[in-house]
Amino acid sequence: MRGASQAKWVVAAVAVALAATACGSSSSNGASDGPVNAQGTFSYQSSEPQNPLQPANAMEVGGGRVLKNLFKGLVDYDPATGKLRNQVADKIETTDAQNYTVTLKSGWTFHDGTPVTAQSFVDAWNWSANTKNNQINSDWFSDIQGYDAVHPASGAPTADTMSGLKVVDDTHFTIALTGPVSYFEYKLGYTAFSPLPKVFFTDPAKYGQSPIGNGPYKFVSWEHNKAITVAAYDKYEGVDKPKNSGIVFKNYSQSEAAYKDLVSDNLDVLDQVDPSDLASYKSDLGDRAVDQPQGAIQNISFSLYQDSWKGQDKAKVRQGLSMAIDRDTITKTVLNGSRQAANSWVAPGAMGYKDNTCGEACTYDPAKAKQLIAEGGGVPGNKITVLYNADGGHKEWVDAVCNSIRQATGVECVGDPKPDFKSARDLVKNKKVDGLMRTGWVQDYPLNANFLRDVYGTGAAANDAGYSSPEFDKLAAEADKATTVEKTAELYQQAEEQLAKDMPAIPLWYYKTTAGYSKNVQNVKYDSFGDPVFTQVEVKQK
Amino acid sequence: MPDLIEKNVPAQGAAGSAEPKPEKPRSLGLDAWHDLRKRPVFIISAALIVLLVAFAIAPSLFTSVDPRAGDLQHHYLTKPNYLHFFQADWFGYDGQGRSIYARMIYGARASVVVGICVTAGVTVLGGLAGMAAGYYGGWVDTVISRVTDMFFGIPLLLGALVVLNAFTTRTVWSVVFALVALGWTQMTRVMRGSVITVKQSDFVTAARALGAGTGRIMFKHILPNAIAPVIVVATIALGGYIATEATLSFLGIGLQDPTISWGIDINSAQKVIRTAPFALFFPAGMLSVTVLAFIMLGDAVRDALDPKLR
Amino acid sequence: MGRFVARRLLQMIPVFLGTVTIIFFMTRMLPGDPAAAMWGDKAADPAQLAAFKHRMGLDVSTGQQYLDYMGNLLTGNFGETMAGRKVIDVIGEALPVTIRLALLAFVFEVVVGVTIGLFSGLRRGKAFDKTALVFTLLLISIPVPVLGFIFQNVFAIQLKWITPTVQDSMNLGQLMLPAIVLGSISLAYVARLTRTSIAENIKSDYMRTAIAKGLPRRKVIGTHLLRNSMIPVVTFLGTDLGALMGGAIVTEGIFNVKGVGNALYHAINLNEGATVSGFVVVLVLVYLAASLIVDLLYAVLDPRIRYA
Repeated sequence: MRGASQAKWVVAAVAVALAATACGSSSSNGASDGPVNAQGTFSYQSSEPQNPLQPANAMEVGGGRVLKNLFKGLVDYDPATGKLRNQVADKIETTDAQNYTVTLKSGWTFHDGTPVTAQSFVDAWNWSANTKNNQINSDWFSDIQGYDAVHPASGAPTADTMSGLKVVDDTHFTIALTGPVSYFEYKLGYTAFSPLPKVFFTDPAKYGQSPIGNGPYKFVSWEHNKAITVAAYDKYEGVDKPKNSGIVFKNYSQSEAAYKDLVSDNLDVLDQVDPSDLASYKSDLGDRAVDQPQGAIQNISFSLYQDSWKGQDKAKVRQGLSMAIDRDTITKTVLNGSRQAANSWVAPGAMGYKDNTCGEACTYDPAKAKQLIAEGGGVPGNKITVLYNADGGHKEWVDAVCNSIRQATGVECVGDPKPDFKSARDLVKNKKVDGLMRTGWVQDYPLNANFLRDVYGTGAAANDAGYSSPEFDKLAAEADKATTVEKTAELYQQAEEQLAKDMPAIPLWYYKTTAGYSKNVQNVKYDSFGDPVFTQVEVKQK
Repeated sequence: MPDLIEKNVPAQGAAGSAEPKPEKPRSLGLDAWHDLRKRPVFIISAALIVLLVAFAIAPSLFTSVDPRAGDLQHHYLTKPNYLHFFQADWFGYDGQGRSIYARMIYGARASVVVGICVTAGVTVLGGLAGMAAGYYGGWVDTVISRVTDMFFGIPLLLGALVVLNAFTTRTVWSVVFALVALGWTQMTRVMRGSVITVKQSDFVTAARALGAGTGRIMFKHILPNAIAPVIVVATIALGGYIATEATLSFLGIGLQDPTISWGIDINSAQKVIRTAPFALFFPAGMLSVTVLAFIMLGDAVRDALDPKLR
Repeated sequence: MGRFVARRLLQMIPVFLGTVTIIFFMTRMLPGDPAAAMWGDKAADPAQLAAFKHRMGLDVSTGQQYLDYMGNLLTGNFGETMAGRKVIDVIGEALPVTIRLALLAFVFEVVVGVTIGLFSGLRRGKAFDKTALVFTLLLISIPVPVLGFIFQNVFAIQLKWITPTVQDSMNLGQLMLPAIVLGSISLAYVARLTRTSIAENIKSDYMRTAIAKGLPRRKVIGTHLLRNSMIPVVTFLGTDLGALMGGAIVTEGIFNVKGVGNALYHAINLNEGATVSGFVVVLVLVYLAASLIVDLLYAVLDPRIRYA
């Protein structure tokens, strides 16, 4: 559910062309490179944005992917290397990881022709952070000094601007944080930190329907529930100039339908292959099939706030349950290879990822699993339930995990579906789960801190397990204060070791991007957020 | 309508599976029964239904395989071995590596219970309301018809979400309750339309002139002549209810693991129709056979009951 | 007749108010907090949550919300979605699509269903009747997604006559395939109801009279037999038209049609009370009209039925 925003890196699409079957691939499926039509546009499988198109107002991919093409912030992630690269920023300087001086490049313009200045950023951030404006991602600005004045925990804001933001001149501004955050620049790659043109503030609601940005594409039209159309912006100053002339974000309510359209070349670029076509999509699409890692992880968390899961002994039970899950077989069969078995709490590709931090506890071993559960005093009632939302396509793997646990340990295990995301979320959020629950994390930015502090820190917004470890918190706090990102990542690796001891959540598998594209396009790459690199898509000449 | 319900008890016997009553040799029910026993369609359909009920009551007689035991080694890839009669791999394995044959047998209980109970509930409740509306007309008709209008306005998904969420633990019976509560209106309309036509018939006027009571006219004269469309809709709808149960499970508000039902299996098998069509074929085939059995039974019973077709 | 219609139109008012009331309270009983779900896996910001609830009018008692809603409704204001769009716009986009789809499906099931039913009724027990039974049985037992899958594969992927999904939801030609899939669910009912009714009436006195009078076979079947056999069929079709107008979640999803089913599903899924109520308000009017037309048709089809 998290907003996908920027690219990190791309592994060349693993083109596994399976043996051609009778109705499957033939040589005509090949993505042979052809002459490029620079005037060509392509379509992309999308969904209806839940909110108006304002940069800090999209947490779901439907709006997020449109916004990241319409707006461009100070920095973004190079899809090829995953390194931060400057876009509107010429340089961002700091000595203490707390006070930053930003220098902008000149020449950037909004789609209405007005220049992008330091004021465009500061006004946009102040507006987005303000409680009054109800931007769903407003908490992204909470590191900045004066955030609590524009966005107090309760009540009306006492100021319109954050004291930590100061415009020096048209191309310079300074940012003061409440404390050192070594990876603040990583956060700046998120769409929420985009600039806004002056005209936006005259009528934010209107410009939420027809946004004016500074990104590689300019807004053309939004036919609700049908399509959003954007066209290449010819005065775009970024390093990633579009190689095509526009995108149609086509709304699909079912991914099966999108897949059928892709196979028949009525849709050009796929978001994700639906589960029912996973077994055959590689033979359908040949080397136009995409299969590569993505910065997201699937876990099962424990309701540690319930008495039945408290106490140090229970950590053994949790490790035992983890060892009762045959991750390799499940990912290969039930999930059709669309996931990769996990052995750590951070998705590979994020900076600071370390292989096998979970170690033995994430290895399938029924005998050891039984033994650990017995040593830990057993599972309360010898029965567990796994809460999940039925509208997310989780049933198959939850059933498989439960089968695995039941058959390995004799502990009765059943899935506990709730009809939709919000009803499952209500129970999780209000800490009313009794047993296990499906949890997952999609990276906001490709750094291990995002997978650890935001999920396992005491009181963290997404700490669904209610996990609280003084050791973990201490290491995380130290890591945040480090002056370099590299040091931060290293300290977070130490914090991750604490998770292996306590096992508040069982890591199951990392997500993969399983997608594909039509015969009309070429050079389609995906980044670690699972988004195609839109600007680099080439439309073939007919 | 408590009086209608009481009067309905003997009448239902006449309409459905009346037992022979020696003291009334010329009764409609007995006639029908004699007629039915000679019809091959009836015999076949009754045999099928008995078999289904046997599956539902004692599934372990038909297979020794645990329908919940899954071995992912068998995940779809193990094709059915059609010569291994009554063995685990007779019809292959499903996505979790569970025996499709065993699940087909064990799934009968929930599916048959949902199908039959919902159909019975809807037919009795909707039929009585429809008959009252059609027969009495006037304000009775107005109230019943307008209430059905209101129920039609409730989207099934919304109604099922609200009703089923009210149950803390969901069983087959809560699903039955929800489907009856949301589905009786259609039967009411069909019955009402049918009764309105039959009410005009000469034999009804004649019966009334002979001084027959309301109950007698309704259940002895109008019901046998008006029941045909209800039987048609009910027998077809039976399959529909089994399928709806599957939809509810899919949405997370229907039956839950460890309950096994054809509907749940049909739903999960739809996703793999390209790789493992057999996973869909067997539970869906059972659903078809069940519907066919009830359609044939309905046809036979209706033909036997209808005086005009004698 | 005029008074009958007038009375029925007056009765619509309490039904309308009753349904809107039921739906309003049902949407309030849906599980989960729609506002908090907007924050996904993260915890919702309390200040913004409160502001949001205030904007949606959710921060007062349910009774007060009901009064507000009814008050707005009577002035023609259907409210707003959580994204800030007017509910009336959302309905305005979806309803024309569904009207087209529903009418196409309706015509299909009437024409094909009555034809099959008529011939199997006339030739009861013969080969045609048995084939029709097997055919309708197949339609009943194939789940809609599978039927859609087969159609898409045959007509779009193999034969390439059409695109697999509907590219323009307002295009009647493109809606043809989803309409056939949608109509085939009810086709079985229509065919078998017609068959049963025909088989019953063919033995009746008026048929014997008509044949004895020496009327041509066409006329006997057309004016006498078919007309008198249509009451159960018309009753069913009346309820079915309402169901079709309520939208088909599954069929619309398979063919990516942007109709009422889809919109309503998402609204229920996201707990958009105002949108759900808005759609139902419109749909109830359709149901009421359909049920009135059915009752009027009874009198047309069977002259013995009279409405004062």
